[in-house]
Amino acid sequence: MPLLILRRLGNTIPTIVAVVLVIFTLFSVIPGSFTSSGDDGRMLDAQVMERMRKELGLDDPLHQRFGTYVVNLAQGDLGNSFRTREPVTKIIAQRLWPSLKLTLAAMGFAILVGVPLGFIAALKPGSLVDMASMVVAISGLSLPKFWLGLMLMYLFALTLGWLPSFGYGDGGIRHLILPAVALGVSPMALLARTTRAGVLDVLNADFVRTARSKGMSEYRVVRWHVVRNALVLVLTTIGLQFGSLMGQAVVVEKLFSWPGLGSLLVDSVFQRDIPVVQGSILVIVLFFLLINTLVDIAYVIIDPRIRYG
Amino acid sequence: MRKLLLAATALAFVLGGTAEAQQTPRKGGTIRLTAPYGASLGSFDIHTTPRAQDGIVAKILHRTLYNWDTQNNKPVLELAKSVSASADGLVHTFKLRDDAYFHNGRRMTADDLIWSYTRIMDGSKGFPGARYIRIIKGAVDVEKGAAKEISGLRKVDDFTLEMTLTSRVEPGFYFFGDTTSILPKEEVAKSTFGSAPVGLGPFKFVEHVPGSRLVAERWEKFYKPGKPYADRVQLMVMGEAAARDVAFRNKEIDTSILGPAQYVAYRADPELSKGILEVAEVFTRNMTMNPAFKPFSDKRVRQAFNHAIDTDLIIKRLVRDKAYRATSWLPIASPAYDKNMKPYAFDPEKAKKLLAEAGYKDGFELEWTTSQNESWGLPIVEAAIPYLARVGIKVKPKLVETAVLTEVAMKGDFQSYITSNQTGPDSLSTLRCFDSRTPRTACNYSGFKNPAYDKLLDDAAAAPDEAKRNALLSQANALLYEEAPVWFFNYNKAVMAYQPWVHGLQANATELAHQYPEDIWIDERSPVAK
Repeated sequence: MPLLILRRLGNTIPTIVAVVLVIFTLFSVIPGSFTSSGDDGRMLDAQVMERMRKELGLDDPLHQRFGTYVVNLAQGDLGNSFRTREPVTKIIAQRLWPSLKLTLAAMGFAILVGVPLGFIAALKPGSLVDMASMVVAISGLSLPKFWLGLMLMYLFALTLGWLPSFGYGDGGIRHLILPAVALGVSPMALLARTTRAGVLDVLNADFVRTARSKGMSEYRVVRWHVVRNALVLVLTTIGLQFGSLMGQAVVVEKLFSWPGLGSLLVDSVFQRDIPVVQGSILVIVLFFLLINTLVDIAYVIIDPRIRYG
Repeated sequence: MRKLLLAATALAFVLGGTAEAQQTPRKGGTIRLTAPYGASLGSFDIHTTPRAQDGIVAKILHRTLYNWDTQNNKPVLELAKSVSASADGLVHTFKLRDDAYFHNGRRMTADDLIWSYTRIMDGSKGFPGARYIRIIKGAVDVEKGAAKEISGLRKVDDFTLEMTLTSRVEPGFYFFGDTTSILPKEEVAKSTFGSAPVGLGPFKFVEHVPGSRLVAERWEKFYKPGKPYADRVQLMVMGEAAARDVAFRNKEIDTSILGPAQYVAYRADPELSKGILEVAEVFTRNMTMNPAFKPFSDKRVRQAFNHAIDTDLIIKRLVRDKAYRATSWLPIASPAYDKNMKPYAFDPEKAKKLLAEAGYKDGFELEWTTSQNESWGLPIVEAAIPYLARVGIKVKPKLVETAVLTEVAMKGDFQSYITSNQTGPDSLSTLRCFDSRTPRTACNYSGFKNPAYDKLLDDAAAAPDEAKRNALLSQANALLYEEAPVWFFNYNKAVMAYQPWVHGLQANATELAHQYPEDIWIDERSPVAK
């Protein structure tokens, strides 16, 4: 197992290098810069812009900037934000916990609702439960997060008055529920669909038929054969969804004024605050890789037949 | 002119329902303001950031030598009790307040102003306020590294500051901007200053949740007796108009800046319409025409463009009346605005005639650079396209990000582009953007050249009194209208919705979201009145 973990972690290095290279190059060649990204009508004076570019190192040759960036990155230094002049690591650290909290809550909601929904639907295919759960799943997949978030606000904050409509509050659960549900509905729907398909597939497998023909009770068949085998597909979906959820959260974070990494990333892109953009993307990618590495390890635990070359 | 401005501002107050002079302000409670401009709050070192979003914070935590008097539309002394000027109008002697304390408890002195202005001129940094401080004699030498001190600043004693300017201007226009705030040297030196700021403002910093909110509490040693009224200010970062709408209706916030869609809905609602504050801000939305593009080198073509579009209809239908028709460059709140000027009439036949006279009987093709902005971007361009097609001008929109638009303008890399320009409050510096001696990179984006116009500005700068100066600036503004270097679209009408328990809001023409929170108070109906 330690060898497996080391190997999986080793495999992530080329991905990280590629991401660093692509992000750096992309944001160095696209038009627009931090100095020209002012507000409505408030253009900076040309001399200030020139000095700002010099101060921020934007006039240095591309290869020099990349070299400096890579050397600093190797030392864990993501640079300073153009906008706030603070270390990027500090800025990201402030956003990381709220982002993780939102992602975990959304994924928790998705798993707790989506997986049982898919299971129930698969165990009774064609039934009313199956059709109803799939309607929920399809709706969840097709609803835009922004619209869904707004509707949740209208219903639970404005109409029923049960929950606050926005903000981080004291970091408690009351402020977390609506954004987590708005973010979690889409992976919930996908999980329900995937679970249903996975369970149906296993239910029709030869070994399940054999188990049933041996006189094993339906409960035991499902408990010992179906769940374990269907879990690999479900776990894959959870890993992919979980990993990408942090990056997807931007719409929800903006809508609910949630202090996460997604909104930081988008703000930074529009303001061309390149060090923050690079740092945020790197953290999101690392999170994605970490989750998927954990999923790979979980495969082996669930099904020892799985081996990685 | 001043009377007209006073009347216009008073009208805005009456319409907004904020004329409550007879009520006694109530102390206590929390004011819940919103930061509506999308992005998170930036640095709290206000010298480093020119953004409107950060300006809201500046009004809470910091103070400048002058404030903007929102009722009379002019700068007024804030950190000084009086000022006297020499006969030539260049040397100004400020008697500073001796009761202004930073949030760390230290009293402000003349040294703090000198240090703050000198810091802003640090040539190795890109401090946006440098454009204002340059008006002080010797500031440019510091910027270039030729001097360490600004020669035009002299401390007479702890509370007397002598300031020598390079030209005869009203200093208030230069020293009321947030980027010229007075900061305490010893706090700025700390690495924590950017995230835990110390200022002279009416509220002191308590907490910042990045991307979500800022909390500040009453500064007990604030120099205005009895102010601020509220115990706390919460500033919520809420870029999404729809989310602000829900939060406002749910009484979770006290104020909300409205977009065109909400403006219509709030005006139609019998309750919400009672709490609307409107003001013509000092922003002119326009399409700049590049004379290097041959058709636009002819004045008749530029005038034809202004006649060809039904601007009023676009404002009414698309901008939902959340704008005032622009009659020239200077906005309504400008001291040199001429209310008798009439906008270009919608007259396609006249536009065709002018185009034919200029040799473009069959029209021409035009590339129109634009951002996505809903009020001065692609939707407006798309609405104008059919009108222009009717007179033979075939428009191809070119979509770019707002961040790119500035670069496009500065490089002159456009045939035409639409944007919103800050056009005040200082009329002279605003009109200098069309001075032929002003480089394109500074702000003469249209490359406008007209010797008669330049002379009018020079005469205005040398004018001995304000009335004469404003008369000359009005003439320059009228000349600009005639020359039509841009399509004069509209002046922004900023709209703020406020809850019935909120009092003391200001119709700030420089930026409505920039409220002086020490003047705001809430009555007992607020959910957070205690």
